[in-house]
Formats: sequence, C-alpha cells, structure tokens
Amino acid sequence: MTNAMTETSAQARETLPAKMSVKNLDFFYGDNRALKSINLQLPVNQVTALIGPSGCGKSTLLRVLNRMYDLYPGQRAVGEVLLDGDNILAPGRDVNALRSRVGMVFQKPTPFPMSIYENIAFGVRLYEKLGKAEMDERVERALRGAAIWEEVKDKLQASGLSLSGGQQQRLCIARTVAIQPEVILFDEPCSALDPISTAKVEELIDELRQEYTIAIVTHNMQQAVRVSEYTGFMYLGELIEYGLTDQVFTSPREKRTQDYITGRFG
Amino acid sequence: MIDHTVKSYDADLESLDRHIAEMGGIAEKMLADAMDALAGMNTDLAQKVIAADPRLDALQRTIEDHAVRTIARRQPMAVDLREIVGAIRISADIERIGDLAKNIAKRAAKIAGESRIPRAVVGLKSMHEVAAMQLKDVLDAYAQRDPERARAVWKRDVELDSLEDSVFRDLLTFMMEDPRNITFCTHLLFCSKNLERVGDHTTNIAETVVYIVTGESLPVERPRGADSSLA
Repeated sequence: MTNAMTETSAQARETLPAKMSVKNLDFFYGDNRALKSINLQLPVNQVTALIGPSGCGKSTLLRVLNRMYDLYPGQRAVGEVLLDGDNILAPGRDVNALRSRVGMVFQKPTPFPMSIYENIAFGVRLYEKLGKAEMDERVERALRGAAIWEEVKDKLQASGLSLSGGQQQRLCIARTVAIQPEVILFDEPCSALDPISTAKVEELIDELRQEYTIAIVTHNMQQAVRVSEYTGFMYLGELIEYGLTDQVFTSPREKRTQDYITGRFG
Repeated sequence: MIDHTVKSYDADLESLDRHIAEMGGIAEKMLADAMDALAGMNTDLAQKVIAADPRLDALQRTIEDHAVRTIARRQPMAVDLREIVGAIRISADIERIGDLAKNIAKRAAKIAGESRIPRAVVGLKSMHEVAAMQLKDVLDAYAQRDPERARAVWKRDVELDSLEDSVFRDLLTFMMEDPRNITFCTHLLFCSKNLERVGDHTTNIAETVVYIVTGESLPVERPRGADSSLA
C-alpha cells in the first residue's frame, strides 16, 4: 500500500518540516463560507493528498495555496498560509512571484496553442532572461523531468495540441517544472487520462517528490493511497482528518473518514 | 455500521462471515468428538473425525478465494480491509485446529487396543475443557466483533500452558513406573501437545479479532505458563 518511499520511518516523517502551513483558514465565495478554520501542513518533499466528496472544498483549498482565487472577484481568504514561514496572504505580497514558486497542474491538460518548445519557453521567459543555448537546455531538462523528452525530442516545433491527452498533461507538468518552483499543486491530474497515462503521471509524481513538495487533489482513493505520504479528508469545508496516508486508509480515527473511504457515504 | 452504498459489497463480507462461522462449528465438533474417541476408545468416532477434515480444508480454500476476489473487486479500505485480511488469517487458524483434532482422532484409533491408564486421560480431559471453552469464546468474540472478549481468551491461554506442563510430568511418571505404559503415554503426550497448540491458535484468532475491530495489535509476548521450556 505504501508508495516507493525513502527509508524514513513513520516516526521521522512525523517531524518533517512543513514547506507550507495553513493556519485557521476561512474562505468565502461572496457570503458563502466554503472553508472553515483549516489547519494543515504540506511537509517538505512529501506528497499530501486531499480527498473528500464533491463540494467539500479540496480544490478551493488548493487554489488558495497559490492564490489562484485572486483572479476572481468576490472570493476572499481569511487566515494565514505560510510558505517557508512567510504568510502569502499578507497584503502587498507579489502574487506572480508566488506562482513561480508554487505551480499548478489542472485536471484538463491546458497546453498553449504553440509549439512544444514554446510551451515551455513561454513561461520561463516571464521570469528569466536566457540565451538560446540556455533556453534549449532548460526546455530539455523540463521535458526530461516530465518523462516526455524521448517522445517529443524530434518534434519540438510541432504544436503542443498535437500530442495525446496523457502527453499533453506531461507537457503541462514540464511547463510547471521549467519555472523551477518549490511546490507543485495537482488538481485531479489524471481524471481525464487513460490508465497507462495515469500510471506514467503517478510514476512522475513519485520522482518529482524528491525535488518538490507536492499536494494532489484526487477523487481516486486508490491513487491517493498509491502516491501520497499524507492525506487530508475534507467534508463540507472542514478538514475532518489529516495524517499519514497508511494510517488514514487502514485505521482512520474518524467515522466520517471511514464511511467515505469504504463507500458507506449516503 | 451503516451499509455500503453498493449492497453487493456487504453481501461479499457477510459471505466470509458465514463461512468462518461454519468452519468454527465443524472444528468445535471435531475436537469434541476426537476427545470422546480418545476417552472411550471409539474407533468409529475417530474415523468420523478424520472424515470431517476435508470439508474444513475446502472451506478454507473457499474463504481465501473469496477474499482475494473481494480485494480485487472492491479495493477495500480501513475496517473492510482488516475484515478481509482477518478472515484469511482466522480461516487458516481454524483449519489448523481441525488438523490437530484429526491428529488426536488418529492417535485415538491407534491406542484403542493398548493397556490404558484412566488417570492419564483425566489430565487431557481437563486440557480439552479449557481448549474447547477458548475456541467457543473466541468464535463468539469474532461473531460479535468483541475485542474485550478476545483479549480475555488471549490472557487465559496461560491456563492451558500450565495444564500441559502438569500432564507432561504425569505422563513421564507413568512411563517411568512401567515400560508397558510407554506406547499409550507417548500417544497421549502428542495429544496434549495438540491441545496446547489448539490453545495457541485460539490466541491467534483473538489477536486477529482485536486487530479487525481496533486496527491495533496485541503485545508480542503473551503471558506464559510456568516454565514452558520443557513442553
């Protein structure tokens, strides 16, 4: 049931530092309080899964972590979200800089209508000025990092849209890692993919964990068990249970968690 | 606990439950009949016990097959997962109890013609009483998913260990008194070991019941009887 973990014992895992910390977070869509007093950590270089029934707030929570909600009027977050101890919700924080450190991969692959090469280079250029050789190297490294280099290296000028669904998703992951973020957020990254592509993305997440801190929202409980070390179960905007994935899925503390993961939710 | 949204999942788990109950009933009867055959020199009864064993083996295989298919079909989590793993473990323990009862029956058939020491059999009857009670209690604990009752079985096993020690000493004494007793007493020695092993299996089942309900394991070291190193 455990994914390919390091030899870190469960005990040692409990004391890992947090890359991001959520403290007493409330979130509002207009007057509707969608998140209620969330307290949660993303341990560094670990994968944290967020599970829960539709409407529980897991995607909302994810979108607070890189302030995606800023794009929409009428949505606001109250509380603290710390990235390396620094509160990203504090006024005056540079949101673009934040999003270069905290990247996001969405459910539906969203390649830009550009060449594969440009899909990667476009984002990099927003943050850095690189010469051609350096950019080539960065693009190659990103595509390798997303386990798609071998498949596209001979057609970098082909459109990103010409790739299959699974390849497009890995292109989006490459695009994210090209910016060299510290945290990667995955919002149901495999929902639109076939089982083989799903397996490749899960394998990729396993590798990415070594360099990045990862949070993944998923409807697929078996996936949560396979890829994550920590799991948070959410329901109606609250965090019901949070702990080691092994613990949550074999002996959850809360009845609601057990009812959900065993398929007893009404 | 409320039902699964998919009702056939509940049916899968109930089926495992029923098969375990059936295995438990057969094993209890085999053990009682084996002891009666031993005490009463009843070779027909002994043969009946031996003939009952294949049914137990078949049930264990059925339970394992069913458990594996349920795991594949349902990807069980939490208590469901522990239930299924528990059913696999318990069926294996009950199957071994059946084997041990069968072995007692085989020896009962062997010693039917031998010179007997009724005193020697008395000790074994006491052991059987405790072992039978342990088995009944632990099967009830499983049926009711009662961890406290299971814990009581787990603790009480020390009685069986002590009884085995005293039976061992008695049998050695009988053998030393008169070499003509040796064959009979050696068979009884094996039977007492078998009864002690039945007790061990009931404690295994008790540990599994606690694990199913709480997700926790009992301590590795059970309370032990006085100097079991001879036994």
